[in-house]
Amino acid sequence: MATIFIPSMLRPLTGGVRQVECEARNVRQVIEFLDELYPGIKDRLVEDGEIRENLAVAIDGDVAIMGMLEKVGENSEVHFVPAIGGGR
Amino acid sequence: MTSNQVLSDVEYNVVGKRPVRPDGVDKVTGRAQYGADTQLTGTLWAKVLRSPHPHARIKSINTSKAEALTGVRAVLTAKDLPFASLSKEALGGEYASLKFASDHMLASDKVLFKGHPVAAVAAVNGHVAESALALIEVEYEVLESVIDVREAMKDGAVLVHEDLRTNDMGEMSSKPSNIATHMSYSLGDIAKGFAEADLVLEREYTTATVHQGYIEPHNSTSFWNSDGQVNIWTSTQGSFQVRATTANVLRLPVSKVKVTPMEIGGGFGGKITAYLDAITALLSKKTGHPVKAAMSRTEVFEASGPAPASWMRVKIGVKNNGKMTAVETEMAMDAGAYPGSPVMQAIVCAFACYDVENGKVDGYDVVVNKPKTAAYRAPGSPQAAFAVESLIDEICLQLKLDPIEFRLLNAAKEGTRRIEGLVARRIGLIECLEAARDHDHYKSKTNGGNTGRGVACGYWPNRGFQSSVVMTVNFDGTIGLLMGSVDIGGTRASIAQQTAETLGIAYEDVKPTVVDTDSIGYTFITGGSRTSFATGIAAINAAEDVMAQMVSRAAKIWDTEEDNVEYVNGMISHKSDEELKFSFKDLARQLATTGGTISGRSNVDPTGEGNGYAVHVVDVVVDPETGKTDVTRYTAVQDAGKAVHPSYVEGQMQGGAVQGIGWALNEEYFFDQTGKMMNPTFLDYRMPTTLDLPMIDTVIVEVANPGHPYGVRGVGEAAIVPPMAAIANAVSRATGNRMHSLPMTPGKILEAGWENGK
Repeated sequence: MATIFIPSMLRPLTGGVRQVECEARNVRQVIEFLDELYPGIKDRLVEDGEIRENLAVAIDGDVAIMGMLEKVGENSEVHFVPAIGGGR
Repeated sequence: MTSNQVLSDVEYNVVGKRPVRPDGVDKVTGRAQYGADTQLTGTLWAKVLRSPHPHARIKSINTSKAEALTGVRAVLTAKDLPFASLSKEALGGEYASLKFASDHMLASDKVLFKGHPVAAVAAVNGHVAESALALIEVEYEVLESVIDVREAMKDGAVLVHEDLRTNDMGEMSSKPSNIATHMSYSLGDIAKGFAEADLVLEREYTTATVHQGYIEPHNSTSFWNSDGQVNIWTSTQGSFQVRATTANVLRLPVSKVKVTPMEIGGGFGGKITAYLDAITALLSKKTGHPVKAAMSRTEVFEASGPAPASWMRVKIGVKNNGKMTAVETEMAMDAGAYPGSPVMQAIVCAFACYDVENGKVDGYDVVVNKPKTAAYRAPGSPQAAFAVESLIDEICLQLKLDPIEFRLLNAAKEGTRRIEGLVARRIGLIECLEAARDHDHYKSKTNGGNTGRGVACGYWPNRGFQSSVVMTVNFDGTIGLLMGSVDIGGTRASIAQQTAETLGIAYEDVKPTVVDTDSIGYTFITGGSRTSFATGIAAINAAEDVMAQMVSRAAKIWDTEEDNVEYVNGMISHKSDEELKFSFKDLARQLATTGGTISGRSNVDPTGEGNGYAVHVVDVVVDPETGKTDVTRYTAVQDAGKAVHPSYVEGQMQGGAVQGIGWALNEEYFFDQTGKMMNPTFLDYRMPTTLDLPMIDTVIVEVANPGHPYGVRGVGEAAIVPPMAAIANAVSRATGNRMHSLPMTPGKILEAGWENGK
C-alpha cells in the first residue's frame, strides 16, 4: 500500500487525517481515491486535468516528471509539495 | 594566497581534472560573440519608452508625432500584441497567465512599476529612436502605489491587480488581494515541540531588493523573415524559454521561432525572463528589417528582475543541550508587479539543514509596485537562511554553545524528514560542517576587540529537468558535442569532461558547441544548478549510445556477434581474440567505409539530482566610529558530490561568497515613497570590488550523489545561501548588537549600537 501524505492546508478536508494508505498504480488513481474519501480534495490539487501549477507530486522523494501519469509503487510515499522551478 | 582544498576519495581520468576551457581564448581575446555584437545588414535600433510612474492607469497613447519623425521606421504599443486573455497558459513556468506575460512586455491598461514598458520605437539609429520616444504622448492617471510587502498584505491595501485573488492551495479567496499565493506545511506536533523546549526565541527579519548585477545588459536582435520565420539572437540562460515566451505572446507555433543563444555576460537567474525579444520581433515584422535592442544599466535595474525584498518571522525552540525541538516560520516575499516570488523555495529551504521533528512553515507571495522579481542564485533560500541562521546564532550565544557543534547536533542527514515531507537521501552537510570545524580558519583565534567570526549553513535542493545532447564521431576520432544548455559557468568544459570520461578518450578530442533551438531537442534553462548534472547525464547517455554503435561496427568488421565485443576505456576489443582490437581513433577511421558516421543522442528528464549544502566561516572587523565592516577572512565549504572541474566549482563558491558579501553589507534598491528607484547606476548601487574583499578560501567536499554516474551534484547556488547570515553573525558577535535587517550598512550598525547603548 502506498502512503499518501496530506498537506496541512488540505487537512480540514480530511478531518485532520495526515496520512492515507492507498492501492494505486499512478498519481491519477491516488487523487481519484482521495477524492472519493474526501470530496473536493481533487479540485484543490488538480486544474484542467493536471496538477496545479504551483504544486508538484513527489514519489519517494523524486518530483513526478510525468505528473498524473507517474507510477506509484506498492510501498511508495506520495507527497504534494511546492513546485520549485529552476533556481536559476 | 588563497587556499583551495578538494576532499576527494574517488579519482577519474578526466572528471575531476582542470583542463583549459573551450571558450577561454575567445573570451580573453574579446572575440567571443555576445548579443550586442550581432550585426545584420540593415539593422534598425529599438528603444523602449518606460513608465515614469510606479502605478498608473494608461488613459491614452499618441504615437503620431514619433511616427512622423525622420528616421523612425515603426512604433509599437500593447495594441500590436495579440490579445492576451486571462486564461491560464503555461509560459515555461515563468508566468501565471498569458496576459501577465504580455502586459509585462508592453503595458496595456495599467503600468505597475517605474520602468514598465509602454511603447517601443525602431529607427535608423539609437539617437533617432531615443528622440522619437520623447515625442510619444502618454496620458496617465497616477494611482497610489504600494511597495512594502507587509503593507501590501494588509486589508484595504492599494491593489496592484484589481482581480487577483489569493490561491490557498487551490482555494481562491473571495476578495481581491495582493497576496497571490499562500502555502503552508507542517510536521509533527509544533505545540508539543515548543512546550518541550528549555529556550524559545522568536525574531523578525527583513531583507532589501537586490540585483544580480550581471555585467552584460539584456539585449535582443530579431529578424522576422517574409516567410514568417522569426530568428532571435539574444543573451539568455534558456534559449527554449525565450522561444516559448515569444511564441506564446505572439501566438506563433514554436517552430516559427528560432532562438540563438549568444555568449552570456552573467545571468545568475536574471537572464531567464525574455524582456525584449517579442518587442524586437514585432518591430522587425513591422519594418521588414532586423531590429536590435539593448538595455541601459538604468533599464536593467528598473525593468529587469531583481531578487525580492522579504519579511520573515522565525521561532525556534531548543533544549539546554542545543537539541532543537520545534521550528516555525512565516515568510513573505515581494514578487514585484506580477506573481511569482521565490517564497515557496524559501519555506522549503528554511529548515532543510536541520533534523527536527516538529515544524511549520508558511509562505506568502505578494505583488507590489516594483519590477517583477526574478531568480537570483538559489532564489528565496539566502533570505530564509539569513533569518534562520541568525536566530540559531543567537541561541548558540545564549546557551554558550559552539555554532558548528550546535549544527552538527541538529544536522540533517540521510533519512531526515523535512517539513514539506520529503526524506533526505545521501547528503553531505555533516561532512561540510566537519570540514569547516577542522579548517585552519575555524581553529584560529579571532583578534577580539571589534572583530567577530560568523558561521552559517545553506541548502539548495538542485534540479534535474530536461536536457538534450547529440554527439557525432568524426573520422579522425574526435567528437562533435552539441548541446542546448547555455554555458554560463563553464559547462562546455564540464559536459565535455563527462563525455570524454565515458568514452575513454582525451578531453581535447571533444569539441562542445552550444546550438540554437532548431538544432537540438528541448533543453531547460541553465539554472537551478542543473546543467552539469542533467546535461551531464544526457552526455553520458549519448556517449553510451556511441559506444554501443562502435561495438556494433567492430562486430561487423570482425564478422562476429556484438556480444563478443567489449568497449573498455576507449578500446574496442574482441573478447576471445587478443589480436582483434581498435582504439577509438582507429575504429573511427574505418567508419566511412563500413557504413558511415555514427551519432549518439540522448534526451533526458532526470531525477536524483542530489541536494547541495554549504557552510561558510567569515571573520569581520567593524569600525565602531563609522560602522563600516571589513571582511578579513572567508572560507567557503561545499559538497559538490564530485567536482567535475574543481576550478569552476571553486569559482562558483567564491562568486557566491562575493555576491553574498555585497548583499549583506551594501546592496539595496533605494525607493522613494512612491516606488521610484533612486540609485539605478553602479555608482550608487554599491557592489563589492576587489578592494572590499579578502581572498576566499574554499574546501570542496565530495559526498557522491547516488543519482549521477560520477556522483555529481549541482554547485551553482548553494554557495550564495550562507554568506548573509554568516556575515550578520560575525557582525553581531563583533559589535554585541544583533542585526535583523539587510543590508548591514554602516548607518544601520551604528543605529543598532545607539539603540543598545553600545
